[in-house]
Amino acid sequence: MNTLAELLHALECDAAVPAAIESGAVLALPLPAARLPHAAHVLARSQAHLAGIVCEQRNGSFALRYPFWLPRGLPWLELVIDVAPGGTVPSISPRLFAADWHEREIEDLFGLIFSNHPFLGNFVLHDEVWPEQAFPMRHDFAFTDADGAPSPYQPQQMLQAEGAFLMPVGPVYGGVSEAGQFLLDTLGEEITHCQTRLFYKYRGIEKRAEGMVAADALLLVERMNGTNAFAHALAAAQAIERACDCSVPARAQTLRSFWAELERLRSHAATIAGLCKSTALAVPTSLAYQRVEELLRLSGRHAGHRYLFGLIAAGGLAFDLDDAAARELAAQAQAVARRLADLAEELLFDNSFIDRLEEVGVIDAKVARRYGLVGPVGRAAGHVSDLRREQPYAAYAECTPRVAQAAEGDNLARLRVFLDEAAESARLLPLLATQLPAGTVRGTCATRAGAGLGWTEAPAGASTCFARLDADGRIARLRLMPPAFANWHAYHLAAERFAFQDFPITLASFGLSMAEQDR
Amino acid sequence: MRLWALRGLRTQRDLTGFPRTLELAPGMTPGRPVDGPAAAADVCPTGALRAEGAATVVALDHCVHCQRCRHGGQPMHWREDIAWSHGEGAPLPRAFAHSIHVRVLDAGDCGACLAELQQLPAPQYSLHRLGIFITASPREADVLLVVGPVTRAMRQPLLDTYAAMPGPKRVVAVGACAASGGVFGPSFACAGGVADMLPVDRVVPGCPPPPLAVLEALLAVMGRSLPRAEDAP
Repeated sequence: MNTLAELLHALECDAAVPAAIESGAVLALPLPAARLPHAAHVLARSQAHLAGIVCEQRNGSFALRYPFWLPRGLPWLELVIDVAPGGTVPSISPRLFAADWHEREIEDLFGLIFSNHPFLGNFVLHDEVWPEQAFPMRHDFAFTDADGAPSPYQPQQMLQAEGAFLMPVGPVYGGVSEAGQFLLDTLGEEITHCQTRLFYKYRGIEKRAEGMVAADALLLVERMNGTNAFAHALAAAQAIERACDCSVPARAQTLRSFWAELERLRSHAATIAGLCKSTALAVPTSLAYQRVEELLRLSGRHAGHRYLFGLIAAGGLAFDLDDAAARELAAQAQAVARRLADLAEELLFDNSFIDRLEEVGVIDAKVARRYGLVGPVGRAAGHVSDLRREQPYAAYAECTPRVAQAAEGDNLARLRVFLDEAAESARLLPLLATQLPAGTVRGTCATRAGAGLGWTEAPAGASTCFARLDADGRIARLRLMPPAFANWHAYHLAAERFAFQDFPITLASFGLSMAEQDR
Repeated sequence: MRLWALRGLRTQRDLTGFPRTLELAPGMTPGRPVDGPAAAADVCPTGALRAEGAATVVALDHCVHCQRCRHGGQPMHWREDIAWSHGEGAPLPRAFAHSIHVRVLDAGDCGACLAELQQLPAPQYSLHRLGIFITASPREADVLLVVGPVTRAMRQPLLDTYAAMPGPKRVVAVGACAASGGVFGPSFACAGGVADMLPVDRVVPGCPPPPLAVLEALLAVMGRSLPRAEDAP
């Protein structure tokens, strides 16, 4: 199934075949709910990649959208179904497992029931702090502490055998770490079963954004994951721009790619530093964090903020970067990247370091495909997709990155992919800086109702955002589908079968944010 | 087998002069708005700016560094410093002046404050030289450093961690979220900062506050006197 016509034929949507459609377009396919599992079955066997599920409440009924991206040259497909009040949704998880957590999240936040889902229940809203019948994403949600009686939480030991025990890690654990819990079942040395219990950091961003003007919603999206703020805010800005038909000046498009690559370089450097730290190599850890600090200072000096907050605006960028400064910044970032590469070279020849990484934390290509893994984690396991190449945005159509990949899927493969991608970002920066078009960086956005999809390849992988604006230009629905959500789903598989002391290394090699997952 | 220690020794020193001097390298801090024309207050999304007569007053606890008041038609004045923490709490007793152990607790942080804290051991800041150590166990912690607005699920772990710490102990709220709820709270899912749950001894505003701002606050909690920008000639 290589052409769009063949794919649409298999989906039994021949009527929808448009005359000409290309990358960057979104083709909506309304379906009766009963046909959804079949469509998911077809798409799971094609080159389509599920970005997530968008649930919208429309008065009493619900509309669900399932956006999929296709490889370069083809558009996005969006399956759309309607669910009557009190109705159930046929689950697609048995056929397309990447939808699993999305369906569980919607069940928890909207109270919709997915029939045939393998496992629903306690997910986003922990039973020990939220009452059973609280559905925050519904329009009529009103909540006071007096509502309902939460039930106490006791971690469940899964492994029942002589000498087996459960080791709960978190939500407060060693060093400077994010709040989340890992339940590790073991008979001793080896982790037999790992369960990730997330959403300790659920801040209700999607709910809080409702009713906000677009500019203020972008501040929230930046702070979904502050270390990858620019990439996620760019996805949201693009969704908003599509919703209100806003054109972005060419200079802003190139600068958006420029800042995004600088952020990727810094974010990957931080992941590599975290990996050094997890193996307790003090000198490489210090050297790597020194590089991160140098990149943070470059951002701080030229963007006014070390994490690029406040830079993105609907319609372009909030402020410009002049050509000379861009070239200087690119040259300095490249120098930092070279020092990082020098360190990497030394690391990759350190046997004791390689021993800790090689053939540990393995995710195979089949799992990567089944779980729809994205970003460096997916690419290191041979599941290669990069939205900069597949569905170019900003200036990536003219400035296409080389996509790093590996087949082994272990900690070392992930390290190599992070290193290669950091080097590639450093290569792109001067290219982008020397081809900045002249002009302004801020287009005008009309105030009108509409909906749109936006996407970026964030440092951790594909980040997709859906925005619906009302007639006053305020957010009616903002759906954030970040890469961490796809990758945390499979993390436990990399931890299982390996020893306890490998756990922090595997965790660091995934480079995942819990804040981004929990939102 | 690599000789990492030698490699470390060969590396050029890149350490900040803080706390001996307040001199800053470019990009070390995002700076902060100080005072400006009254009209600038309108652009603030979080109510950190308030017009008072012909001037604008800054409530730094609410500032999320969106930079809108910096680039508008009537920009605020901007001060590139780091010594902006404040608090009513007394410093720890004298015995702690040379060394403290800090437990960092994430109560719903976006990752930026934690990333800045992760930079503290980096060679540019090297917090260990000041006798400050980040510890895993609350049992040996003197200072609880909280980031994030305090989400519903993190309320109890926060209170439990505080209760597990021996006295004397101090609480430092780091970042706009921990100081005031930031962009997230108060809401159905978040509190409006750490002070809703615990007595806070020192607040470090900023979104995120740069590493040196946190270091300055920790030194203040240790009772070490520091140069302040206002004191500079």
